[in-house]
Amino acid sequence: MSGILASMIDGLLIGSVYGLAAMGLSLIWGVMDVINLTHGAVIALGMFGMYILFAAFPVNAYLLLLPVIAAGLLLGLLIYWIAVHWVIGRSQLSSLLSTFAVNMMIIGIGTAIWSTSPYNVNFTLRGITVGAYTFDGNHLAAAGAAVIIGLALELFLYRTRPGKAIRAVADNREAAELMGISSTMVLALAFAIGIALAASSGALVSTLFPFTILSGAGYQMKSFVVTVLAGLGKPLGALVAGVLLGLLEGAVTPFIAVSWIPLIEFGLFVVVLVAFPKGIFARATA
Amino acid sequence: MILRRPVFWLILVFAALMAFVPLHANNVSMREDLILVAIAIILASNLNLMIGYTGYVNFGHIVFYGLGGYVGLYLATVRSWNLVLAALTAGLVVSLFALALGMGILRLRGAYFALATIGVLQAVQSFVANFDPWGRSTGMYVAFDAYERLGGARHALWTTYFLVIGVMALSMILSLGIKISKFGLGLFAIREDEDAALVLGVNTTVFKAIIYSVSAFLPAVAGALMFYKNGMIDPSIAFEFMLSLEGIVMLMLGGKGTVVGAALGGGLYEKLRSYLLTSPKFSNFQLVIAGGLLLLVVLFAPGGLIGWLYRLVPRARKVIE
Amino acid sequence: MTPLLEVSGVSKRFGGLQAVSDVSFSLGEREILGLIGPNGAGKTTLFNVVNGVYKADKGTIKFAGEDITNRPPNEVVHLGLARTHQIVKPLQDMTVLENVTVGACFGREYLALQPARKVALEVLERVGLAKSAEMSARSLTIAGKKRLEVARALAAHPKLLLLDEVLAGLNPTEITYMIGIVRDIRDSGISVFMIEHVMQAIMSLSDRLVVLSFGQKLAEGHPEEVARDPQVIEAYLGDPDIAEKLKEND
Ligand SMILES: Nc1ncnc2c1ncn2[C@@H]1O[C@H](COP(=O)(O)OP(=O)(O)O)[C@@H](O)[C@H]1O
Ligand SMILES: [Mg+2]
Repeated sequence: MSGILASMIDGLLIGSVYGLAAMGLSLIWGVMDVINLTHGAVIALGMFGMYILFAAFPVNAYLLLLPVIAAGLLLGLLIYWIAVHWVIGRSQLSSLLSTFAVNMMIIGIGTAIWSTSPYNVNFTLRGITVGAYTFDGNHLAAAGAAVIIGLALELFLYRTRPGKAIRAVADNREAAELMGISSTMVLALAFAIGIALAASSGALVSTLFPFTILSGAGYQMKSFVVTVLAGLGKPLGALVAGVLLGLLEGAVTPFIAVSWIPLIEFGLFVVVLVAFPKGIFARATA
Repeated sequence: MILRRPVFWLILVFAALMAFVPLHANNVSMREDLILVAIAIILASNLNLMIGYTGYVNFGHIVFYGLGGYVGLYLATVRSWNLVLAALTAGLVVSLFALALGMGILRLRGAYFALATIGVLQAVQSFVANFDPWGRSTGMYVAFDAYERLGGARHALWTTYFLVIGVMALSMILSLGIKISKFGLGLFAIREDEDAALVLGVNTTVFKAIIYSVSAFLPAVAGALMFYKNGMIDPSIAFEFMLSLEGIVMLMLGGKGTVVGAALGGGLYEKLRSYLLTSPKFSNFQLVIAGGLLLLVVLFAPGGLIGWLYRLVPRARKVIE
Repeated sequence: MTPLLEVSGVSKRFGGLQAVSDVSFSLGEREILGLIGPNGAGKTTLFNVVNGVYKADKGTIKFAGEDITNRPPNEVVHLGLARTHQIVKPLQDMTVLENVTVGACFGREYLALQPARKVALEVLERVGLAKSAEMSARSLTIAGKKRLEVARALAAHPKLLLLDEVLAGLNPTEITYMIGIVRDIRDSGISVFMIEHVMQAIMSLSDRLVVLSFGQKLAEGHPEEVARDPQVIEAYLGDPDIAEKLKEND
């Protein structure tokens, strides 16, 4: 019984990292109606970013999140200018394919550099023991970092001028432009933040599990599941839904062979998508 | 009707050349190259029915190819069916599967549908990887005596080659047939504006489900033939996400919505890829180049090669369909 | 004689907004029935409920003796009820001829491709778009797109045509031309149910008028009667000139 509990708590911790990744996807989707298919590749870059930084500066890995986020913002601006800016206002197919093209290029370059063999970040924090169970220190730290970044984003969106501008553009781009908000700047900023979130979630994952350049794909899928569960453009909802997904994974792992989990997850994804196209948490609005 | 279309005769000549040039030269490595070109054309042409004709992006089109491979291989080896019968049955089974699935996921529009197709691909792949009768993650092999029934391995390989070329020709003819039919007109209306199509009287639900199911048939037949030829199948090669995506690149490159464009893109991309794979300098950069190509096409030439031709020579629209 | 279209007690709600509430009226053979009302009154929504784009919350709709309440739009066209859109919906990357052929192919007679193309060419001639047949719909002017809407609906060979503001955004010459088309349609035996803001036009075209305000039917009757109805004049007070405009035609 307490085995399940431990597994669920662990799932909850990892779920907050899923949630962080999904926040990035959800923000971009909600603000500019672009389904960012570079998401998985950027998560993978976050993993390798952490790997490189940690190899160069073997300090507390969680401190290295800051440079990863900064690099993520720059990368986001770059991808925006290469692949997204030109297709804003064209059909959704265009941005789907253009971001996918960048995804292929990133994965291609990554494979050429790191091949597809596994890497890991050799950093361990001491765990916390409660009764008979010891909770993994890295899992606790990663979850803590994910929640802090998530709340910081929420504060940014609701308390700062650029954040409010992003919400205004998400709400109604034309109206926002009439109010003098430059939507290009805002879209670029939102995209950069979304990419930085994806990269930071990748960096966090790299402290938990071994990874390859292809590992991002699985987290991208989970981000889709989470985003669809939460409904679009609700970053905080995405964080909560991510935690729920982790919890669900934690609850079923003790009972089901690991190889069945993707089937359950993707099956769930398709069913939820069809049954609740606006997200489970979406309420009928006036 | 279709007989009066120049493209129809072009398809036949092209297929005949594909079939007889390697046979005449008795060149096995040429045959192995060309069978990949044929498969690329089959995938791109059938994907075109969804993306180019109906406006629905299917990221998981390869699911049909892989499932066809599994059903076909299972019937041809475990059940010792005749290869052609096994392949046709595989096509039928997979089409029915697509029909049932389509009724559900085709309620989604635009990007939501595209995402669901990724989910379907992954779910099917992990189901097959857990499915005992199909050998779970190790997959299935073709017992050597299966080839004996086709007159030995050498003979069997040529036979499957001709069958694949036949499926390729059928794919292109199917694309042409649909394009010039009333059914095709309804699909184009859906692509342009689904709500308007419905108000104009197009039964969009049924049209979408049918085309999704039709676009599954020939890829599944081809999958059955191809994996039989290769002698083995497993979940990671049968449902290779990459190949699914390359199908989209091929289609965009050649020009979505056109019969010739799908084939041209499929053929060219496959040639380019095998060149890159064998060249020592580029073998690692196949993805980068495919991605770069896709990006360029999406940003600067959304009509692909054929769209570009149409712009240069507007009258070509009437001949090159 | 039984009416061609009979709408009884139809209501439609969007969240907290009652867009159409308990509206009833009927329309006879070869009649032009006008539907007027201020912006946001629920006119387009009423059209959408009649042809099945939206499901009615309450009420029934009978057309040519059949109950068509909540039948999907594609079935409604097959029964002979076609419509145009206020916000035009051309099939952008198809030619004008193809656009209209779609209407003929999937309309009341469900024609095969060749006969449908013939019908489409005839209809294009009728609405004055024959010269643009091979152009892409995208390249038409707004007036052209409005005519395309009418042509597509007409190609379905309907018994009843719903026209949603086909005069909006046109210049006076184009308006006169379009009014001619509507008359010609009625003379060919098709009933018309039309929403219009151009008052002179609707007053002179309609046999009867229905007035909608805040989703409710305010008045119904001959155009002159309706124009004198104090309730109607009041409903239009947002636009003080309207009472004058209504009277101009007396
Ligand atoms: N799909 C919809 N969802 C929510 N509200 C709608 C929808 N369609 C129309 N409305 C609202 O219903 C009211 C009536 O709109 P409409 O029928 O278009 O008016 P009219 O055509 O008379 O100008 C308006 O307030 C409009 O905003
Ligand atoms: Mg209206």
